[in-house]
Amino acid sequence: MKKSILLSTAGLLVALLTVANEPYKAGDTASDFNLRNVEGKMISLSQFNDAKGFIVVFYCNTCPVVHKYEQRVIDLHREFSSKGFPVIAINPNDRNVSPGDSYEEMQKLAKSKNYQFQYLYDESQEVARKYGATNTPHVYVLSKKSGNLKVEYVGAIDNNADDASAADKHYVADAVNKLLKGEQVPVAGTKAVGCTIKWKKV
Amino acid sequence: MKADHRVLSSILLIGLIASISNTSTGQDVKKIGIPELEKILKSPDDKLFVVNFWATWCAPCVKELPLFEKAAGKYDKSKVSFLLISLDFPSQIEKQLIPFLKKNNISLDVTVMTNLDYNSWIDKVDPSWHGNIPATLFFNNQKKKRHFHAGEVDGNELEKLITRYL
Repeated sequence: MKKSILLSTAGLLVALLTVANEPYKAGDTASDFNLRNVEGKMISLSQFNDAKGFIVVFYCNTCPVVHKYEQRVIDLHREFSSKGFPVIAINPNDRNVSPGDSYEEMQKLAKSKNYQFQYLYDESQEVARKYGATNTPHVYVLSKKSGNLKVEYVGAIDNNADDASAADKHYVADAVNKLLKGEQVPVAGTKAVGCTIKWKKV
Repeated sequence: MKADHRVLSSILLIGLIASISNTSTGQDVKKIGIPELEKILKSPDDKLFVVNFWATWCAPCVKELPLFEKAAGKYDKSKVSFLLISLDFPSQIEKQLIPFLKKNNISLDVTVMTNLDYNSWIDKVDPSWHGNIPATLFFNNQKKKRHFHAGEVDGNELEKLITRYL
């Protein structure tokens, strides 16, 4: 009895914390994190001394919309990492709810596809909660501004998940290109359709 | 030359009709864009519309489909109208969506939203919608009732929502 009260109190606390934490939007300051990559190294954004910013993508192994965007994520990293905006992919899915998204499966996928970008495991889901990510893929473009990480864009990669060549609004690439020129990001936020993040069952 | 052309188009047309009626055995899949979506959302009929946004690639969506099928069997069609709007990719309608509907004996009306520029229409469904599915909209425009439910529903919840907005 006592235990169940404790559990429901804990559940309520989690719910309150979730509500209290507003999702990031353009203009906010983002937090850094410390997550394990597929090579077993702990990665923080502060380790990227030469970066001007980041393309943080909530990503996973199993979502068909992520599969549709996989090549585009690879291409974003190829195009922008040398210019100072590397892709940082984060898998927030719970392995119990979605076994195909376990750390071991991440390692296998990254190896087979030869991912050049960081692929990190948000096992506690704290980073996804903090950022306010709702689905995969869900992008946060960040820029380094006087020691802080400023959120510049939140949302979809472009406006055609099915067919990259049919997309005519390239939200993420446009945002980063503007930032590289020191200009204002044209579209600060869009909605990203994708697979709902597989949250841990409380 | 012109006559040949006409004969050819008639053959093509017959072929087209044949193929449409072939694929629609048991299940009709309409393709819509923003104007048709707006028409659905503005429907003036005095009945409750339950519009579920889903896709075959979305596991929780697929899981809750039987609940909608079951609920549809319980209510008079003149009082509650169910519609499944699929966000399956247009390139996968034939390969993925139609076989899925047949295999699972889905009897509800299924419509595919073919406009992939999601940000041009998501807010028309509901400004609070993040774009994640499943999501279900309940409305009766005549009675000015409207409720947007983001995420999954369980059976009890669905019935409760239908009763509340009926």
